[in-house]
Amino acid sequence: MRVNFTVNGRPQEADDVWEGESLLYVLRERLGLPGSKNACEQGECGSCTVRLDGVPVCSCLVAAGQVEGREVVTVEGLAEFAKDRTEHGGCASGACGTTLDQAKRWEAKPTQDSQTGEGVELSPIQQAFIDAGAVQCGFCTPGLLIAADELLERNGSPSDQDIREALSGNLCRCTGYEKILDAVRLAAARQGEAV
Amino acid sequence: MDFLRPASWEEALAAKAEHPTAVPIAGGTDVMVEINFDHRRPEYLLDLNRIELLREWEVGEENVRLGASVPYTQIMENLRTELPGLALASHTVASPQIRNRGGVGGNLGTASPAGDAHPALLAAGAEVEVESVRGSRFIPIDEFYTGVKRNALQPDELIKTVHIKKADGPQQYSKVGTRNAMVIAVCAFGLALHPETRTVRTGIGSAAPTPIRAKEAEAFLNAALEEGGFWDSGKIITPSVAKQFADLVSAAANPIDDVRGTAKYRRHAVGIMARRQLGWTWEQYRGAGRTLEGAA
Repeated sequence: MRVNFTVNGRPQEADDVWEGESLLYVLRERLGLPGSKNACEQGECGSCTVRLDGVPVCSCLVAAGQVEGREVVTVEGLAEFAKDRTEHGGCASGACGTTLDQAKRWEAKPTQDSQTGEGVELSPIQQAFIDAGAVQCGFCTPGLLIAADELLERNGSPSDQDIREALSGNLCRCTGYEKILDAVRLAAARQGEAV
Repeated sequence: MDFLRPASWEEALAAKAEHPTAVPIAGGTDVMVEINFDHRRPEYLLDLNRIELLREWEVGEENVRLGASVPYTQIMENLRTELPGLALASHTVASPQIRNRGGVGGNLGTASPAGDAHPALLAAGAEVEVESVRGSRFIPIDEFYTGVKRNALQPDELIKTVHIKKADGPQQYSKVGTRNAMVIAVCAFGLALHPETRTVRTGIGSAAPTPIRAKEAEAFLNAALEEGGFWDSGKIITPSVAKQFADLVSAAANPIDDVRGTAKYRRHAVGIMARRQLGWTWEQYRGAGRTLEGAA
């Protein structure tokens, strides 16, 4: 089966997709976007978290055929996604996510490498993870970044409880979570200063 | 495997009639796990994501008409007043990512005794509207669960809407597990006070082959509250009444030993939850009279 959808603002076409295949497999193995990680394949660990039409979901539990015509943001596109959001007034209108118009305007810039994200300015949450030392082995990081970024999109000053709840579907076996909580608090504080 | 992608409800019913073995997939939080682990290779997957009406809800005079694929997140955010028990149950489902995809229709379709929504549906009172090309019918929630992971659906039927009674009094829900997120219930319990009819209803999860009501416990408590004039006086429920209610709830459970817990523990725990929830809901009833907001 063929699946057409938008990934990080760019139209994509995946061919020879098996009907039982997950969105995660399509992203990693067919589109060459290995940022979303494959671990538990049952929605327990959150390392495959992506935005589907703006909503954080486990991409391992979305059937490939279900994303036909829809929009996905992965960690590879997070910096660009966050930048776009800042430039277009954040979420004040309630219409979060990438609009069709925004998606159409997106183009790969020569300075950025779409595989590694090198040459792109990091999103505030990515920078905060680095500054707070919230990355150790890094395997859980992409999923956590997507989840944390979405939290800060809808809640600019989250309580510790809000942060814990928003990240409750993402497992990390290295950090003990404290540095991750620090990173989200840091990003929230910076976001508050910027406003 | 074939991937069927109906654009409308009518198309979905036609597809299900033509391929009764087709497995419906909405949030995918159960079905995709089975496919990822090679536990299931359905001939047909029937994608319900394009069907708008399954994602809609409507608050009526007496009932909330909840589309089968309304995600738990929406229930938590929008239906806390009308369905406090189900909103609390929804909040205990897995994680934000799962709650953004999964809904009550999937819980009913899978019909696991551990499904989080079931005790809340049983306590509130609900009917499941199912439909096929032959027509639609309403299945009372008490008759919906027919065995471990079995339900009253015919092979050509799909779950369309869950009609849940709007709360007319306080409701509670709790679940025992090893952490607050990503937990399959060791056991769960839901309680709803219905002051309009002066009755109580219960739901027990994960402590019998199917989700069940503790009907003897309900009958006992209904009679005790009536005889003692508790509904009118609003006085504190006698500890001996609460204890007897809890014991009858424990007796209604029919649990097994498994990796998550022993039968003995589950029987004990549902009794404790029943006694505590009776205390919480009754305090709410006494206090604000008709406070309908969930506590958590």
